[in-house]
Amino acid sequence: MSAECGVQNAECEVSSFQIVRFQPVCDRRSGVTDLRRAENRDSPRMQKAGVRRIFAICHLLFANLLLLFLSACAAPVTTAALTKVETGVDPEAWVKVPAGEFVLGQHEKRGMIEQPYEIMVTDVTNAQYARYLNAALTQGTARMQGDQVVGYYSGDVFHGHKHEKEIKAGDWLHVSLADPSLRLTFDGKTFGVKPGYENHPMTLVTWFGAKAYCEFYGGRLPSELEWEKAARGTDNRPFPWGHEIKLNHANAYASRDPFERLIGKQGDTTPVGFYNGKSYDGYQTADGRSPYGLYDMAGNVWQWTADLQEGIHDRWLRGGSKDNYGYNLRIWEYNSARPDYASPSVGFRCARVSK
Amino acid sequence: MNAIILRFNYLFRSTKGLVLVAIALISLVTAIWGMLSGPLKEWGISDVAVRLYGMKLVEAEREGRIIMLYHTIAMAVVAIETYLITALAPVKKEQQASINATITVGYTVSLIFGLAFGYFGHNFVFHGLFIFGQSLVFFAGVMLAVALWPWHPEYRVADAAYAHTRSGVSVERIALFVMAAATLGSALFGAIPGSLFGREFEVFLAEDIIRFPVKTPLQLAIIGHLHIMLTLIAIALTLIVGRWFDFKGRLHHWAMPLMIAGALIITAGVWAILVVRPIAHMIINVGSTPVLLASWLLVYFGWRKIIRVRLAAQKIQQPRLGQKLSALLHDPLKFGMLWQIIYMNFVVTAIGIFMAVRLKVIREWPLREEQIALTGHWHILAGIIATIILLLYADMTGLKEKARQWFGWIVIIASDIAFAAVSLFETKRLFVSEAGQQSLVDITMLITDAGLALTLVVLAALMVWRLADLFRGRGRWAKEAE
Repeated sequence: MSAECGVQNAECEVSSFQIVRFQPVCDRRSGVTDLRRAENRDSPRMQKAGVRRIFAICHLLFANLLLLFLSACAAPVTTAALTKVETGVDPEAWVKVPAGEFVLGQHEKRGMIEQPYEIMVTDVTNAQYARYLNAALTQGTARMQGDQVVGYYSGDVFHGHKHEKEIKAGDWLHVSLADPSLRLTFDGKTFGVKPGYENHPMTLVTWFGAKAYCEFYGGRLPSELEWEKAARGTDNRPFPWGHEIKLNHANAYASRDPFERLIGKQGDTTPVGFYNGKSYDGYQTADGRSPYGLYDMAGNVWQWTADLQEGIHDRWLRGGSKDNYGYNLRIWEYNSARPDYASPSVGFRCARVSK
Repeated sequence: MNAIILRFNYLFRSTKGLVLVAIALISLVTAIWGMLSGPLKEWGISDVAVRLYGMKLVEAEREGRIIMLYHTIAMAVVAIETYLITALAPVKKEQQASINATITVGYTVSLIFGLAFGYFGHNFVFHGLFIFGQSLVFFAGVMLAVALWPWHPEYRVADAAYAHTRSGVSVERIALFVMAAATLGSALFGAIPGSLFGREFEVFLAEDIIRFPVKTPLQLAIIGHLHIMLTLIAIALTLIVGRWFDFKGRLHHWAMPLMIAGALIITAGVWAILVVRPIAHMIINVGSTPVLLASWLLVYFGWRKIIRVRLAAQKIQQPRLGQKLSALLHDPLKFGMLWQIIYMNFVVTAIGIFMAVRLKVIREWPLREEQIALTGHWHILAGIIATIILLLYADMTGLKEKARQWFGWIVIIASDIAFAAVSLFETKRLFVSEAGQQSLVDITMLITDAGLALTLVVLAALMVWRLADLFRGRGRWAKEAE
């Protein structure tokens, strides 16, 4: 009713320019223009009508704003079926990173890797993680607790610092099935992947869940140093592929990739290895590989690393994500979160001792 | 030639001219450097701007560039406040001239060469000039503090309506002096660690190290420096606005000691962070309370005065509530200066207190979310300070009738809507999940950008008007010069 009246009032305004002395009044209840009730604009009734008009406009404005904000709180559209995009990059592949010095951080310190190691070429995918969960549940290294996958962790040393959250030994969350943006499916027995997301990075996995995955297959999460050397090589480049970032180098905020066009600027994850120089239905990607051949070391999803931040128990996250601007994708940028934190923009990859 | 000299004298020797130049330079910097971030970056304008201006941006130097940009703008703001203080507080003419001249050379040299160094390749002579400019600003501050020395007999208060000590010393002047001295000390508090970090080129943004459980004394000093400088700029502006409103009477007697106590306690709290870190924040909070109280007293005084003057002009003897409200809102420039002080309590103070109280919740967020909240928080405070300066300048320059109404209300409404949207954006994790935030982010960003853009458009209009006025033989500038 108010909306109708608002529209009608707009018409009333237009009419008032044509009828100089007399003007129509909008009946608030019926929402129609009534020329019979037109009166002098200075009369008290007309003044009241003016006030009503202002209230109606304000009401409309606030109602629309409220609707907009409420719509913002609605559940995200995450269940839409997606066509699987083949990138040609093998998520099972590992590369060897040699021991030795490298340029560390923004201020170009000397970093040193004592032992060579291997690291995954891509982030762990949804398909890989679903396969792991099925195996881990069978072997008992992870178990279901309600709608959560949990597993044992031996705990962190507690220092009693201000704002320090104690991470005790016990079962901790690996993956919550309650989050609608999880790309995994679970039929009560077996985990699967929502169609199209098989080769997207596994997200909404906690640090505990990431660590458990890597250890299940005989690996571990990379340390920050290992992660950075794998991303940067031995020179001082700020991005894995070189010195500047273009929109088609990585999945970042407002980078206009095809998935972003579907969903919005925040976008969605892209399949692992998507930025490899190939063209996908006319969308030409740049080759975003690191010097050692790793993909997605900038953008797409933040990656858990092994190191913990003593005193507050945050774990370091590296690489930037689809939700960050390009400058957050610089190699030395970091994020951190509690080990039980899970997010649609956080994933991981594993490292292991070099064979 | 004479015409140029006359205009030069107006722009660089009169208070209104000096303020205009500083605002114009800040506007220019905002217009050019604003292209490098926000929606213009998303639209690809920043790449065009970088090529067009021939900027040389090295990724690893981004933080350093930003800090230089902040400092160049901050120097100009400090200069504006200094011009206003030397105009509004009694100081000797020759002191006013030397302070204004020094700070003008200081901030312009700092601005020009700082930005040239930061964004157009590294000529280290330019970096030296950037530091030299800042040193001149500091030296002007020393001269200001000397000029404001409150215990000089000739500055004793003659009118008992203004806060004064038993011996007649102006308490407001003490407040200005304390503010100036605290600012000088706090500038050193940042400059010394800044020079140490600078020597090793290890620049950082405060929000980057917020979760480091152990911070070095130099890092603490930098964090303290940026907080206290913004606070002291806000305190100085409150004192300036108070003088602009001719703040006096009983409320003035209460407010000025509160302002002095608050400024001293906050400054002590910030400086103490190096030695008593666990309680430093408590000291700062204790000091903030009297400053806030003093600002509320000023707002109460100012709004009552606006209403009283307007009703007297309308010859209304016994006004109704609606008439009082109408009188309060009839002049958006005067109303707005004080309203922004109140509004700051909602979008800066309240959120700041909330986040401090609920830090346990905030620390459940990832670091990036906390950084966004912190960055939004101080950007809003800086933005509100800017809008108060704009409203004050527009009032000083004598905007009239419709231009006054449009300018005033657009600055107030557009900026406040933008600040509210930023507040929602920075605290979004309290009420929306990461997966569901897209529409909220889109809306808040759209509103923020639109609000800020509208504010900048009216600022640009004001600047164009003043520029056009300079081409008139006997324009407004000539009257202001007199």
